[in-house]
Amino acid sequence: MTDISAIAKSAEVVAPTDAPPRSPAAAFMRRSLRHSGLMIGGIMLLVIVVLALAAPLIAPHDPYAQDLARRMRPPVWHLKGSWDHILGTDKLGRDYLSRLLYGARISLMIGTLTVLISGTIGTLLGVCAGYFGGKIDAVLSYVVTTRLALPVVLVALASAAIVGSSLNGVIVVLGLLLWDRFAVVTRSATQQIAQSDYVAAARAIGCSTPRILFSEILPNILNALIVVATLEMAHAILLEAALSFLGLGVQPPLPSWGLMIAEGKQYMFFSAWVIGIPATALVLLVLAINLVGDGLRDVTAPENRN
Amino acid sequence: MALLEVDDLVVDIATPNGTLHAVRKISFSVERGETLAIVGESGSGKSLTSLALMDLLPRRAVRSAARLRFDGIDLLGIREPQMRKLRGNRMAMIFQEPMTSLNPAYTIGNQLIEALRCHEAVSEAAARDRALQLLDKVGITNAASRLRQYPHQLSGGLRQRVMIAMALMCSPDLIIADEPTTALDVTIQAQILRLLADLKSEFGMAMILISHDLGVVARVADKVAVLYAGDVVESGAARPVFKAPLHPYTRGLLSCIPIPGRTAPGAPLGAIPGQLPNLIGPQHGCAFRARCAFAMAECEAEIPLVHPEPQHDVRCIRLPALEAMA
Repeated sequence: MTDISAIAKSAEVVAPTDAPPRSPAAAFMRRSLRHSGLMIGGIMLLVIVVLALAAPLIAPHDPYAQDLARRMRPPVWHLKGSWDHILGTDKLGRDYLSRLLYGARISLMIGTLTVLISGTIGTLLGVCAGYFGGKIDAVLSYVVTTRLALPVVLVALASAAIVGSSLNGVIVVLGLLLWDRFAVVTRSATQQIAQSDYVAAARAIGCSTPRILFSEILPNILNALIVVATLEMAHAILLEAALSFLGLGVQPPLPSWGLMIAEGKQYMFFSAWVIGIPATALVLLVLAINLVGDGLRDVTAPENRN
Repeated sequence: MALLEVDDLVVDIATPNGTLHAVRKISFSVERGETLAIVGESGSGKSLTSLALMDLLPRRAVRSAARLRFDGIDLLGIREPQMRKLRGNRMAMIFQEPMTSLNPAYTIGNQLIEALRCHEAVSEAAARDRALQLLDKVGITNAASRLRQYPHQLSGGLRQRVMIAMALMCSPDLIIADEPTTALDVTIQAQILRLLADLKSEFGMAMILISHDLGVVARVADKVAVLYAGDVVESGAARPVFKAPLHPYTRGLLSCIPIPGRTAPGAPLGAIPGQLPNLIGPQHGCAFRARCAFAMAECEAEIPLVHPEPQHDVRCIRLPALEAMA
């Protein structure tokens, strides 16, 4: 016992870090605030999300209400524009601003739900392949390769042709198709972490395999997962717009941005704003999400790799 | 009955070039309250031996033994769920790299508490109390605030103390310390070793201390097994082995250590020429013969274990010649 107290008095142990330890969350916040790309993207994304959530409160008109007497009204900055319809009306006389706001809800919903589905599938496959290796890895890698060989748009077109197209259909099809990047990224991240000493230590403590997978490995690959999730969200939103543009995604009269572009394409030479407004909204949303994804990658990378 | 009995433990690793015989029929036993030191250079199979005891070998490595009993439990016939109950709970392990052996995603407290709650149905508060008590015991001041810290906020020495506390959480019967001081500064090494030895006697645990550093081992070990190329070349009570080493390899190892006051400044330190033999393919004879100054043709045959004195076994046929030299 005397030995232990002697050790306790030695210099190395007596000097604890005197400053209160900065929690990882606080350090993360500080770095995020300094990252201009992340801040710009974050603010843009926040604005879009708030507008989408508040759409029923702030939309000036019913997005579905048609008024053929007031069709193709130009937006307010146009010579013939009026404050009644700030962004004008479409070919059926529906208020464009209201449709744009409701369309944001659809885009965000598709992005979030698709990523939830594909993220779960991809992470499960990737973590198992990376941790178990061997035959399991070979089989799962083969499944990933097979998935990569399928062109997403063609499969989505085929499934729309078979079961018909709807909002839920788009979410399910994209969710079942877009998990490849999750699987590839989590697989390599897991392989790296499965070699680490703390996983060996967890096994030596007697942890079960599911416990090691979900409470030792998963928290340590979370930052990579978040980055992939944002990028895939942007990907899903663009794909939805593309499918809706082709008439195989969201069906009218739902206000999807891709559908709005499709509906406006015959007027693009004389009323460019019909296409310009939803296209701009789409670009801004995808840009914001990508900025956030890149920013998160920069901000989360350094410290957790000690 | 000894706490741990190991007879003819073998670890084979399948490689593309053939089977690598990493550990070749080694036998030892550890009593309660005893410290066994396993000593050898890199690649001699020490770490694989410890992993084999815990059944944590990498996938390509295959374990077999004539007997492997822990407290009367046959570890060879036991299934993985039962083995998992022993790991951490009754046999704990301390790893070489304190810098990477703690999960960066959790606080120290979280990891200590989980180590106990993995095995025992205790409340979080009780586990926290035990963690505090043990952190105090391993010489960490301000334990309550340390519990809330993350591994990257601690120094290497502190982390190794945390690892020791974590190994003690379930009051194991046996602690396997795989090079616990190798990654630490020399000044911290002595503290950690002293701590391990004190805790071992306080809790009445058995300890297997794995090291390449004879100086480290000499101070705390009761028994020593010198491992060379996967085989125990010399074993016995620590005092005779260190005082009067018999095997040429052990002698060579000991002559590598400078002794303050006795080794003259500028005098060349001992060195063992050559390197470990290739362990792929069938092995025969004394593994050390290629590097041994006393080797002769007979060394290629199977070498029996000889007992020159009580509690001292050597695997060498050249002892008489060596005695004559001395």
